[in-house]
Amino acid sequence: MAITEAPQPLGPQPLALPAGDGAGPDGPDHQPLGVFTRPRQPTGLRSWLTSVDHKRIGIMYGMAAMFFLVIGGVEGLLIRSQLAQPNGKVLGADLYNQVFTMHGVTMIFLVVIPLGAAFMNYLMPLQVGARDVAFPRLNAFSFWCFLFGGLFLNSSWFLGGGADGGWFAYAPNTNPVFSPSHGMDFYAIGLQITGIASLVGAINLIVTVLNMRAPGMSLMKMPVFTWMALVTQFLLLFAIPVITVALFLLSFDRLFDANFFNVEAGADPLLWEHLFWIFGHPEVYILILPAFGIVSEVIPVFSRKPLFGYPFMVFSGIAIGFMGWGVWAHHMFASGVGPISVAAFSVSTMFIAVPTGVKILNWLATMYGGKLKFTVAMLFAVGTVSMFTIGGLSGVTHAVAPSDLQQTDTYYIVAHFHYVIFGGALLGFFSGVYFWWPKAFGYRLEEGIGKVNFWMMLVGFNITFGPMHILGLMGQPRRTYTYAEGYGFNFWNLVATIGAFLIAASVCVFFWNVVVSRKAHRRAGVAEQADPWDARSLEWMVPSPTPAHNFDESPTVTHLDEFWHRKYGEDERGRPVRIAATAEVVQKGDATDVHLPSPSYWPIVAALGLPIVGYGLIFNLALAGLGGVLVVAGIFGWGLEPSVDADAVHGADGGHGPGPGGPDGAGGDDAPAEAAALDAAPTEAAATEVVTGG
Amino acid sequence: MADTAVGSQVAGADVPGREVVTPSPSPASGHGHTSTGISNEKLGMWVFLGSECLLFGALISTYLLYKSRVVEGAGPAPVDLYDIPFTSVSSFVLLMSSLTMVLALSAFNRGDHQRGRTWLVTTALLGAVFISGQVYEFTSFVREGMGFTTNVASSAFFTLTGFHGVHVSLGIIMLMSLFVMSLRGRLPQERAETVEIVGLYWHFVDVVWILIFTVVYLVP
Repeated sequence: MAITEAPQPLGPQPLALPAGDGAGPDGPDHQPLGVFTRPRQPTGLRSWLTSVDHKRIGIMYGMAAMFFLVIGGVEGLLIRSQLAQPNGKVLGADLYNQVFTMHGVTMIFLVVIPLGAAFMNYLMPLQVGARDVAFPRLNAFSFWCFLFGGLFLNSSWFLGGGADGGWFAYAPNTNPVFSPSHGMDFYAIGLQITGIASLVGAINLIVTVLNMRAPGMSLMKMPVFTWMALVTQFLLLFAIPVITVALFLLSFDRLFDANFFNVEAGADPLLWEHLFWIFGHPEVYILILPAFGIVSEVIPVFSRKPLFGYPFMVFSGIAIGFMGWGVWAHHMFASGVGPISVAAFSVSTMFIAVPTGVKILNWLATMYGGKLKFTVAMLFAVGTVSMFTIGGLSGVTHAVAPSDLQQTDTYYIVAHFHYVIFGGALLGFFSGVYFWWPKAFGYRLEEGIGKVNFWMMLVGFNITFGPMHILGLMGQPRRTYTYAEGYGFNFWNLVATIGAFLIAASVCVFFWNVVVSRKAHRRAGVAEQADPWDARSLEWMVPSPTPAHNFDESPTVTHLDEFWHRKYGEDERGRPVRIAATAEVVQKGDATDVHLPSPSYWPIVAALGLPIVGYGLIFNLALAGLGGVLVVAGIFGWGLEPSVDADAVHGADGGHGPGPGGPDGAGGDDAPAEAAALDAAPTEAAATEVVTGG
Repeated sequence: MADTAVGSQVAGADVPGREVVTPSPSPASGHGHTSTGISNEKLGMWVFLGSECLLFGALISTYLLYKSRVVEGAGPAPVDLYDIPFTSVSSFVLLMSSLTMVLALSAFNRGDHQRGRTWLVTTALLGAVFISGQVYEFTSFVREGMGFTTNVASSAFFTLTGFHGVHVSLGIIMLMSLFVMSLRGRLPQERAETVEIVGLYWHFVDVVWILIFTVVYLVP
């Protein structure tokens, strides 16, 4: 025990990565289940498919979300084209139902949640000073579940039509009588699969933040983004099982003739609404809190001031997280839940505006008196704050139940939630994209094109969704595929449609910006500096793009905004004074003695089984069995595979043998010959350092 | 880590011919290197169990909503068919499996692998007895005319208890996996925590059953 009893040096050390489960005996050709050799290429397609690096997984989350953003955007354009004029002929009633349902489902579950996941995966480990997440392979599994679930959901377009019951899928309206196609089955099972992704991701990221903080990084020294992400993950942790149950009940009704939503058999038509919104309202905060976190990082950097009222920001986020559980029935004021419920949920809904207001005031106070620098990231952040405020205020009008009864199911509601989800969350994510792009890819997005992107998006957004307030108050119902001449809806609908195409154009500008900036970077061939914005938190302390091992050495944290405090001190009047050049403070990214979790095929294999189970449940149970076998094989292959590949090349130290090999290989009291033989396999490191038993 | 050292020497002394190996800090175990002092795996299990509370909470609520909403002529409700003495016995069996789980963990903590494996198998067997009881209960309910699709209460009953049964079955698979791992020498004393983590899950499933048994079977 000499080694374990030696004090752990705080300085440079090969950070032992608690990489999850299953370290075990490992020879060079140890193939769990005898199928795959360990993937070892650092680049190429296969390296991405098998990656367990939180940064690559974050990037893949972002790319997949952008892909679904295009799909959901096209669906949105179809809706607006249909409604551009009275008696529109672009979509029929049935197709319109499918398109607006899939637009909502795609945008919420496949764009905004995963965009949040992209930032959280990429940034949370960096911001707390960790090498990776707590369970790297689980992280990969989470991503592949999300991707395959999303593709499964969208494959319904080719297999009998998309879901057509609204993104909230109110049962009994979604039972087979009213929704006879397979669309709702795809909805229920597809969301179940993406739900697995969210749940697994939540467990992973919560453990990462609680357990893997750098020395000195107490909870109240964590960046606000990490805090908001932590609250988000707790919300997911507790909200996902509720929607899981609801989706199971719906699937059982549709596939196996259960009676949960069979009103003739005595079922309660409000059961689904309650279960859905107990999930659905925390979900709203799941969408917005990561964007709040991003804004809280961007605004201080470009105001050159610390965030105003850091503890208030943290605690208001936590308060939102708690209170988010007590407001769900404000989605149901029109459903007849009774006057006492309505009164109680009215009050709680008004009350939850308080911590949100605290945040908005703190952002304003952060900017007040600061040296503002309106980069694209800052513009998007300010856009988020202002647009979200509009959405938040119209939200408070919903808390007034008598008024809400008039607004329910009108375009006023559509306007409201687009202001919070698009104007709040999505604009916030664009701010984050522009802010952290150099960190992830090693070059900045072009500021000029970015400003065009921002202004087109802001203007397009407002002329799309602003008029919907008016339309809603005039009485245009949502979810209705057309409207007749003479209601006075024509003008504002046309305006909204024009705005929608402007938004689409602004997204195209964004993609163009990516291409142009990348080309310019290639041509110039100059590496981006580690800290292009003179920023505050730990992720800017490592080179851009982030090296695979994140930190050369684990930073010891003494301050909130640690990186800033390493660069700047204060003079006697409290103004920042530079105490060290950035180049002295940032790490070089040249560490060689680093253990990283090894890539693995098993997460993608296990995740691939899930949509096959889904198709099987819908079309042919035998297929479900096949998918189930794939999932089980994936999980067992995973369990038997050591998390660290003892034969992989890591760098100069080479001394990874005793870690995974030692205690496991020889610890058993009567290890059979087979295990002993595996231990004795001629791994260089293992052969020298592992004492085999048997 | 000192107690582990003593423990492994004692364990080594128990079994003749077994070499005592000096374990080094394992990248996979993470003991003592985390901010909370709890290993990632154990914290992950706790967090997961928190999530499971809401899963069962939603299922139990659904059952409570539907247990007395069976319309006239829609077949027997679960409450008409419960065999309380029988379910009490199988509940007792499941509760006892928590005791054997504790004994298994304590044996592995002492380094007594032989006894640990015995208790693991006992735990799995007790779980299997419970599952057999549930299968018997389900089939007798179906014979008495209450199937999954008979009425709202039967759908809710079978879904709730079925989900619990699946959880117990997964637990049995985990216990047997631990047993095989231990046989193959992959569960040394330093990794006794793996047993503890599976134990957390097992105890949780037990506690949930106490809740289900009380709320579903006993409360009229």
